[in-house]
Amino acid sequence: MIYYIGAFGLIFIGLFIILVKRNLIKVIIGLSILDTGVNLFLISVGYISKGTAPIFSKPGIESARMVDPVPQALVLTAIVIGVAVLALALSLAIRLYHHYGTLNLRKIKEQRW
Amino acid sequence: MIFVFFLILLMFIAAISACIFRDLISAVIASCMVSLMAAILFYLLQAPDVAMAEAAIGAALVTAIFIIAIRRTKRYEE
Amino acid sequence: MRKIISIVLLGIVALGIILSLARIPFGVSKTKVGGYYIDKGREETGAANIVTSIVVNYRAFDTLGEITVLFIAAVGLGAVLSTRKKHKREQDLEPASLVLYTGCRFLFPLILLFGAYIFIHGHLTPGGGFQGGAIVASAYLLIYLGCRGRRIPEAGTKVIESLAGLVFVVVGLLGLSFGGYFLLNFLPKGTPNVLFSAGIIPIVYIAIGFKVGSELAGIIDNLMEESR
Repeated sequence: MIYYIGAFGLIFIGLFIILVKRNLIKVIIGLSILDTGVNLFLISVGYISKGTAPIFSKPGIESARMVDPVPQALVLTAIVIGVAVLALALSLAIRLYHHYGTLNLRKIKEQRW
Repeated sequence: MIFVFFLILLMFIAAISACIFRDLISAVIASCMVSLMAAILFYLLQAPDVAMAEAAIGAALVTAIFIIAIRRTKRYEE
Repeated sequence: MRKIISIVLLGIVALGIILSLARIPFGVSKTKVGGYYIDKGREETGAANIVTSIVVNYRAFDTLGEITVLFIAAVGLGAVLSTRKKHKREQDLEPASLVLYTGCRFLFPLILLFGAYIFIHGHLTPGGGFQGGAIVASAYLLIYLGCRGRRIPEAGTKVIESLAGLVFVVVGLLGLSFGGYFLLNFLPKGTPNVLFSAGIIPIVYIAIGFKVGSELAGIIDNLMEESR
């Protein structure tokens, strides 16, 4: 139960940073924290009490109580896609800085006229 | 159980301080700490593949990419 | 004013999420698909790691989509960041000290070997292509940070990346041609917990490991191209 509270807290802090902060790189940091919170929530849904990891490391392990393996496969994909989105967002931020001279979103909005 | 509560409390402190710091490199290191605590929690939830992926990708490569991008732009939030 | 509106909005979102998702119990088995994969996964695929057999065998098409997304991100980053004039000024950085330079050059093949071990044994131990590829990219990052002025040759990484992606698609098409569907597991399964077992899973994971490693190293090379 405490894992759910941890995941929700990270999602809220990430959303707060994206909505309130003005610097573009701070917004991208908030996006990364939001991503981590969602992945933590997905893994903690698939947990079974007193279960073990889903690997048959020795040939005699029984498969009675193993943790659900499907959310782990999904989160593995989600982590890699998260890093791809972050890399592309940072390259766009660098181009924006070289074009406008500042990374403050309010000043960029005013400068468009 | 106390151990898990302590780890989640550390994760919250790191996430809130990533919001508050004005020096962008300190904020990035706080977000690296969030990833590290999440990797430990993934291991405690019996998911070793995901813990390895989060530690290698989230805590090492994302932080490096952020620091290289901050060096090409400004360092201090205004 | 903006902070107050955003906090109220977040409060409404928080209330909605907590009320609708509080009915999910914690620690109880919820789906039946996971149970089927655990029971039948070992004899249908021959891999000892169930998460690997899901990622590469049962849901292999999603892995192909993920590799495509990573490839698009790397190409987009290279296209966005390369249209500036390259100022080839003299590299007046001080060279790295001898201890740092020698230490990084000594550690580089060891980290490469460790990353290769993780993605070769993906079907036996926790690990796999993505984790091993990230560790290989960290080895290249160490060379960039420790020994200033060294660059990996760009043509080499692009050739390795394209060839590895091609190997994945060709293995899938071979599965299609041997009867059945795309990415069918057509090699013999073997006995579990042995290195040469589990059909096409080691081949696919080795290709994914090479591709992800060279792609992330190329991303770091593009970002560091002329930064001081």
